[in-house]
Amino acid sequence: MYQYFLNRRDLYIKILLGASGFICSLCVILIFLFLLKESFLVITGQELSLFFQKSWFPLEGQFNLIPILIASVLLTFGSIFLALPLGLLTAILERFFLKGLFKIIFRRIIEIYTGIPSVIFGFWGLMKLVPFINDFHPPGQSLLSGILILSLMIFPIISLNIMASVEMSPKHFYRVSESLGISRATYIWKILLPSLKGQIFSSSLLAIGRALGETMAVLMVCGNIVQVPGHLFDPVRSLTANIALEMSYATGEHRSALFLSGLVLFLLTLFLYMLSSFAEVERNE
Amino acid sequence: MNKLTKIFCWLSGLVISLVLISILGDIILNSLESFNLTFLYQVPMSAGRRGGIYPIIISTLLITGISTLVTVPIGTLCAIYLSRHYPSTLVFKKFIKRMIQVLSGVPSIVFGLFGNAIFCTFFGLGFSILSGALTLSCMCLPLFITSVEEGVSSIPDEVIHTTHSLGFSLYTTFKSIVLPLAIPSILSGLVLSVGRALAETAALIFTSGYVDRFPESLLDSGRALSVHIYDLAMNVPGGDQNAYKSSMVLIGLILIINSVFNIIAKIISKEGQLYE
Repeated sequence: MYQYFLNRRDLYIKILLGASGFICSLCVILIFLFLLKESFLVITGQELSLFFQKSWFPLEGQFNLIPILIASVLLTFGSIFLALPLGLLTAILERFFLKGLFKIIFRRIIEIYTGIPSVIFGFWGLMKLVPFINDFHPPGQSLLSGILILSLMIFPIISLNIMASVEMSPKHFYRVSESLGISRATYIWKILLPSLKGQIFSSSLLAIGRALGETMAVLMVCGNIVQVPGHLFDPVRSLTANIALEMSYATGEHRSALFLSGLVLFLLTLFLYMLSSFAEVERNE
Repeated sequence: MNKLTKIFCWLSGLVISLVLISILGDIILNSLESFNLTFLYQVPMSAGRRGGIYPIIISTLLITGISTLVTVPIGTLCAIYLSRHYPSTLVFKKFIKRMIQVLSGVPSIVFGLFGNAIFCTFFGLGFSILSGALTLSCMCLPLFITSVEEGVSSIPDEVIHTTHSLGFSLYTTFKSIVLPLAIPSILSGLVLSVGRALAETAALIFTSGYVDRFPESLLDSGRALSVHIYDLAMNVPGGDQNAYKSSMVLIGLILIINSVFNIIAKIISKEGQLYE
């Protein structure tokens, strides 16, 4: 590294740069500390009984997070189950079957998806999707509508990531398989996608994180009834929607329980981040 | 197999294109039915069922503007610190990078809780535009930093080597070389973070509040446009028409800001070519 000529101005700049870097990392630590501090009341007061109470009845002091957690997990995995094939197929369509202007337009369409605010997805779901599902099986506000909206919101993450990594993947495999007379489908499914396993995995983790943390769309289309859903058409309430709904009037232990669910969300995203960084380390080796 | 792949790909492409047309078409058609410009400069009446959204647009712009004002300096400095051209201890740099990656994955509702705990309660700002904006700037920082850091790191080594050989001090290198060359990436980071700030709802509900009056100061509560749409759709029966119109205004705002920044970026990059 070079040695700079340092005068007093340079020292100020150095301190300024270091301090701003420090502030950014401080944010994460502060988030963790404040969530812990605010949820302390319910952690110490209830001990382990927290997860063995009847259900989520905040007015009676019953804060069982299990049904809400199950609903969140079901929503997340349901949406990734739909979004992963959708993302892969759209990425393949853009890379292999579209040409020229259509390719650009299609890419723009997927990019527009990432730019639409979540509240507008929720609003559209409430006005169009929910009545549509209601025709088949009332009530329309259900686990299914939540899964559908979430998968629409997260598939562009997978799709755009796969597109970028297909673009960067070595081209000679394609030429070799063309010269061997291997059909395009075989090349895509047997050669290309297995070689992109790592990228598919990490972009799915990103998408899972987004689905888990999504609030407004889920809040607007899922019906918000605390229960373990029996089937796809039951209304559910997710962890995030629960916080958004009750935070405005919560006090004391109730407020603290909501912060605890925020802490659970934070730790889950931390876990996802660790998983993806381990996967990256493995891939590089 | 070949045919099946083709059919499924076209099918999925068709479905997502149709859904996008349905989303945008639904909003545009429904709001054009009764849209006129008075909607933009009237105050909302009877919980937003009638009247316009003037104070809400002002609060939205205030929240977004202040959060950008906080994000840009801190984010730019942090990005320069993290870039490969800045000499510093690697461990600390790596730590900050990891922290920013974690921060970019934190859900918006958790930012809302955090903002409520620290800005509203701990610092005593209450439900106010200021605490909403500060919460949003925490949220936009990772997005902004990643974009700017990429831009700064892509400054070619020769440029930095030349500054060394000319004996530039750190300050001069920073002020006259790195910062001007980073402006296009700062602008693209700005587009990303402003878009995210405008679209955000969950982090604002318990930090900037629900009040739909005209904000008198920065410590006043103000309702953002996205919160307004949520409120009209969920809590106000008969507010659908205005929710559609507000959605269109929100999308329009995002598009306008996006294209304005893009045009500025184009002009600046054209000027930048003169120096090369």
